[in-house]
Amino acid sequence: MVLANTPVASDELGQQISVRLRPVLSASYQALGALLLRDLKVLWKDKWIFALRTVIQPFFLCFVFLYVFPKIGQGVGGRGPAGESAFATVLVPGVAGISIMFQGVQSIALNMAQEFGFTREIEDRVQAPCPIWLVAVEKVLSGAAQGVIAAALVLPIAAVVHAPGVHANLDLHWWIVLTLVPLACIAMSGLGLLLGTSFEPRNIGLMFGFIILPITFLGGTYYSWTTLAPVQVGGFHWLQVLVLLNPLIYVNEGMRAAFTSFPHMHLYVIYPVLACFAGALLALGLRNFRRRVLS
Amino acid sequence: MKQMSATQLAAEPAMPARAAPIIHTEELTKVYPGSRLTAVDHLNLDVYVGEIFGLLGPNGAGKTTTAGILTTRVVPSSGRAFVGGIDVARHPALAKQLSGIVSQQNTLDRQLTVWENLYFHGRLFGMGRAASKETADRLLTQFQLEKWAKASVYALSGGMAQRLMVARAIFHRPAVLFLDEPTAGLDPQSRLALWSLLEELNKDGQTILLTTHYMEEADQLCDRVAIMDHGRILALDTPASLKGSIGGDTVVTVRAAGDLERLRQVLETEVEGVRQAQAVEGGVRLQVTSGKKVMREVVQAVGRHDFDLLDLSVAEPTLETVFITLTGRELRD
Repeated sequence: MVLANTPVASDELGQQISVRLRPVLSASYQALGALLLRDLKVLWKDKWIFALRTVIQPFFLCFVFLYVFPKIGQGVGGRGPAGESAFATVLVPGVAGISIMFQGVQSIALNMAQEFGFTREIEDRVQAPCPIWLVAVEKVLSGAAQGVIAAALVLPIAAVVHAPGVHANLDLHWWIVLTLVPLACIAMSGLGLLLGTSFEPRNIGLMFGFIILPITFLGGTYYSWTTLAPVQVGGFHWLQVLVLLNPLIYVNEGMRAAFTSFPHMHLYVIYPVLACFAGALLALGLRNFRRRVLS
Repeated sequence: MKQMSATQLAAEPAMPARAAPIIHTEELTKVYPGSRLTAVDHLNLDVYVGEIFGLLGPNGAGKTTTAGILTTRVVPSSGRAFVGGIDVARHPALAKQLSGIVSQQNTLDRQLTVWENLYFHGRLFGMGRAASKETADRLLTQFQLEKWAKASVYALSGGMAQRLMVARAIFHRPAVLFLDEPTAGLDPQSRLALWSLLEELNKDGQTILLTTHYMEEADQLCDRVAIMDHGRILALDTPASLKGSIGGDTVVTVRAAGDLERLRQVLETEVEGVRQAQAVEGGVRLQVTSGKKVMREVVQAVGRHDFDLLDLSVAEPTLETVFITLTGRELRD
């Protein structure tokens, strides 16, 4: 244990400590538990706001694309219920994917920008008797858990909100669901951590405009990556290659693999690349977090 | 250097106060990256168990940086700092168990109630559910906040928020309570209330280190004060000894128009008992011993040499006088 080798300046110094020192490992474990408990308490207090915030975007996406469009004769995916249903099958996993991403942005990036900015709460949080990185990791874990809840809330909406005859062909592959959803949630929470530690509260608008919007529209929410091949210049599938830089594309393709039997990117690409994105986003986010907290 | 285990650290009974320092720094230095200024410059400091210790100095003196290093938020460039024998740079997670911190800004958890702010702090520091509840209740009563237990922290006034931050900081019985400019921005009444609160805690054995640029705060509250400027300690003693150290028991400030350097020389030579004469902005400051006739002598000397006397004031020396004597500048520069 770390403590056994703790250097002390002198005998007397040690003798004067009336506080019981706990080994760092168990103190950190208890601190992590308390931080999670605190987040759970806050989530429970805000449960209706959380639920509303989570379902409002999926609801309107399904409402416009799967209900209004078919009703007014501009259904996406080709006229008629067959084409429209095929689009619904593409869209619903994509909606789950961006819900996970928005959860990461809202629960981590927005809160953290605020806590670093005007409330300064982070200054107290990092006084927890544990390494500083653990405070950031806790935020990621709690954000990821909220992402899982968000994904679970989204699917029933898609099942209900659609025009008659238009329905997504959902086909749950449980082992993919149980592994890929948590991985996607951690990667998107890592993105939230990186954004939250990179942007000042006053620049949050920039973050939405320059980062979130491109990620959303080039993240394969409304289309499948496998169908992008026709977008090419001189035989080069430029869009299909470009979007590979976007972590959301792997999340959405993963959701397609998990929730449908629609053609999707190979799983042996999705898993390792998403894991690498998660690792890189977390590493950069933790580095930023440390820089913001320590001087 | 001796190695001790956690159980040894915890099991030893507390020694009588002043036996050994609870805070100890050796040549502690901090230069912020990209800055040419040395924020803390080879600082050697000892703070003893049971003291209220004050770091007094103007903005930029290095007080907050020193407190920041001791509370693990600032990484020292060189030198070492110990809290309770723990090297804070090498074992920050361990050192944090020993510190309670009240920072300059309100860092209360805005999404929790007043009571929950305390309760979750206890849980954060490893206290059980029952112990955290019991301590939260007790502290709310002790700090006269029980009426606000269920209120949002947004409902608290500045003084109440500060009290809650102090309650939260001492919740886990830290070896040292750190306060960074604790009364900056508080109204006079809240300031006095906080002072008596800190005195109470200190009476119960709480060691306190505070930074301040209010000389009254350092004078009234602190057992010992280190006067800091440009990252160095200029003087360190009890407030009484510091005030006694400058020579003279009376400070006379003469505001006049004209050649102030000549006035300074005139007053230094012609007024009896002058220990030191300093030209300050708009006048001359004299440190005088047993200056019973000093007023008359100053007026006469000023008149003899045709200066226009604008104002004359007599006061006891303060820590501000000490600072001016040491640096030639005022504390609020």
